[in-house]
Amino acid sequence: MKAAGSMRSKLGLGLVLTAVAGAAHALAEPWQLNMSPGVTQTSREVYALHMYGFYVCVVIGVLVFGAMIVAMFKFRKSKGAVPATWSHNTVAETIWTVVPILILVSLAWPATSVMVKMAYTEKSDMTVKITGYQWKWGYDYINVGDKPYHVRFISRLDTRSDKTRELRSGLDPWAVKDKDYSGVERNTYLLDVDHPLVLPTDTKIRFVVTGDDVIHAWWVPQLGWKQDAIPGIINDDWTSIHEPGIYRGQCAELCGQDHGFMPIVVKAVPKAEFTKWLDEQEALATKANAPAAPAAAPAAPQAP
Amino acid sequence: MTTHAVAHHDDHHDDKPHGFLHRWVFSTNHKDIGTLYLVFSFIMVCVGAAFSGVIRTELMKPGLQFVQPYFFNEMTTMHGLVMIFGAIMPSFVGLANWMIPMMIGAPDMALPRMNNWSFWILPFAFFLLLSTLFIPGGAPAGGWTMYPPLSIQGGDSVALMVFSIHLMGISSIMGSINIIATILNMRAPGMDLLKMPVFVWSWLITAFLLIAVMPVLAGAVTMLLTDRYFGTSFFNAAGGGDPVMYQHIFWFFGHPEVYIMILPAFGIISEIIPTFSRKPLFGYQAMVYALASIAFLSFIVWGHHMFTVGMPLGGELYFMYATMLIAIPTGVKVFNWVSTMWGGSLTFEAPMLWAISFVVLFTIGGFSGVMLALVPADFQYQDTYFVVAHFHYVLVTGALFAIIAAIYYWWPKWTGRMYNETWAKVHFWWTMVFVNVLFFPQHFLGLAGMPRRIPDYNVAFADWNFVSTIGAYGMYLTPFMFFFILWHSKKHGAPAAARSWEGAHGLEWTVPSPAPFHTFATPPVIHDEDLAHGDVSH
Repeated sequence: MKAAGSMRSKLGLGLVLTAVAGAAHALAEPWQLNMSPGVTQTSREVYALHMYGFYVCVVIGVLVFGAMIVAMFKFRKSKGAVPATWSHNTVAETIWTVVPILILVSLAWPATSVMVKMAYTEKSDMTVKITGYQWKWGYDYINVGDKPYHVRFISRLDTRSDKTRELRSGLDPWAVKDKDYSGVERNTYLLDVDHPLVLPTDTKIRFVVTGDDVIHAWWVPQLGWKQDAIPGIINDDWTSIHEPGIYRGQCAELCGQDHGFMPIVVKAVPKAEFTKWLDEQEALATKANAPAAPAAAPAAPQAP
Repeated sequence: MTTHAVAHHDDHHDDKPHGFLHRWVFSTNHKDIGTLYLVFSFIMVCVGAAFSGVIRTELMKPGLQFVQPYFFNEMTTMHGLVMIFGAIMPSFVGLANWMIPMMIGAPDMALPRMNNWSFWILPFAFFLLLSTLFIPGGAPAGGWTMYPPLSIQGGDSVALMVFSIHLMGISSIMGSINIIATILNMRAPGMDLLKMPVFVWSWLITAFLLIAVMPVLAGAVTMLLTDRYFGTSFFNAAGGGDPVMYQHIFWFFGHPEVYIMILPAFGIISEIIPTFSRKPLFGYQAMVYALASIAFLSFIVWGHHMFTVGMPLGGELYFMYATMLIAIPTGVKVFNWVSTMWGGSLTFEAPMLWAISFVVLFTIGGFSGVMLALVPADFQYQDTYFVVAHFHYVLVTGALFAIIAAIYYWWPKWTGRMYNETWAKVHFWWTMVFVNVLFFPQHFLGLAGMPRRIPDYNVAFADWNFVSTIGAYGMYLTPFMFFFILWHSKKHGAPAAARSWEGAHGLEWTVPSPAPFHTFATPPVIHDEDLAHGDVSH
């Protein structure tokens, strides 16, 4: 119970942090020390759990290392310390076996509750299929509500990053910049793609994730989870993004030479804007009469 | 203090074989084979460090300055394989060879010729593995975990890697059989199981782990081999196989393997801390039971390496709870080490410094381990630099620090010479600073979102990567320092007493320093007060 209370207070802290930081956390910051709380309810709960686990470790660390430091100063031979002969204390041993069990239960309790929520992929509003390829991502919009869609495109590393990342290219990684959702220029080296995955905000989106050749992993830190994309296996996950923005991630499972060069960009836009965009893409896909035709980038609102 | 009759008894047995070939290649002497293992692992540490040098140099700045991404992947893969199978494991086997017979009052290992073979397989195994760097298609580049389908996309390095792992497995299994046979059959009369040094206990348990899991690894890599060359589809989804099954089999080996690399370290620390605290180990029996519990748990937690493969909720919950349980016996060990120091009479010679830093830094690795066990948080940590930081804290500042502590601790017994304490302290503090500069920032990188095993990254990760690389460069001096300190000691060190440390207990300190070529040809008479853990009441 105490753990649950603590979780709530941490969650509160997480929400405050997110409110303050907002979209500024959509990318890692130089010298960043900690996980960012992300932009979904799930990611904030994951962040709260991470912080709770971290503080538990800090407190235990202070106690254990503190005792060691005291021992190192107090029981020095050079200060004339005479060794005791005891080597057993049932009470102490019982305490430091039982107390950690209680601490672990207090960690497992909130972890279990978050896991159960994360695993519940039913009652989603729409479905997107994600396929990992060497070395790019494929996205299929399967349905929104009851309406099926045939929009499908491939998303790969943007040209500027791709040129800059060549061995001894002579190009400056710091020069690869793009405007973020609020219009601020930010470095997007290796974190930008030609066609981002456009998603609506405040919608429960179910993802079905698979791989085509080898195992990849789809990871956008702001969403709070990653999922392996495995050939022959379909995994599912869900998210519901609260804030419009551009969220960037990377492949997280070694998948060959260009593993570091297949980023993920999620562009979250308000629902109405999303519906308009998707219907345009659907019209284009139908007109081309080829489901595999890549989405025409200029048609996408504010698409890079 | 009792001096046994072994010293003069051994004098006329101290007839080392003449000639390099007879002494080292045909050796059946546990001390010489122990030395061979330790020299071999020192060479492998340097090779593995060189690979990491390529990795850290490329990662120093954003952009690719030095190597192609594929070669970078070869380096991460080879670094992992060489450090795990070539450096950490053989050095623990070397310590076992040197110390176990001397600690239990046995004249040698139970199976000396097999001992020779166990060692001499290793150079051939690593010749095969390292030769892949020079064949068309290059070295394995699918990560040390060798996940298919990626790992079998490479060239013929797949076959060489698999054969080399088979050889390492044979070596480990034979070494383990030897250690178990020695401990169970060759203890001097009166050396009851619950009077054995914790180091011996830790190796007895580790040897059982090795025998249980090395065949599993051999099976897994053999299936990779047949998938690659004979068209089987064990792990090929298109042929009805399952890539995730490989991961289950691999980690059924892999998790016990992690403890194979840390249990002997626990044993070493449990010998060193009482010596320099001049106080018996706190809770000896609890320490032994904790070792056994950790070993048992290692078989039922493998799924925590695979939380993101999409296991069912029930499976993930089970693996999370089981994994968290490991914190209990591990906590008992840490608390007992601290309690051993409490109320002691402490001095801080080099072995003790390394042991104390082991307890602190290994515990930090344990903390991140508990955090990694929390599945929702692991969804964020998995395959990031947070994991890289975690396992380097347990394997470098854990396993490797314990090995260095052990070498400083038993060096006077092996060579009859003390090392220079001042230089050893310089070595220690230098390492302490740079190992943390190297690995601590990797926690930050992982949390900020940097995946592992990438050769290039966004500029937001540039600063901590630069710091980490500076730490790595500092660490590359430490093998040279260590080598110089040991070389200097061998040449010019002060003579060491039989009991080289004031607080040292145990049979190994009852024989002269350097230990004669043959010790305990006649079983010693055990006096409980000579033993580190002779008091069986707890």
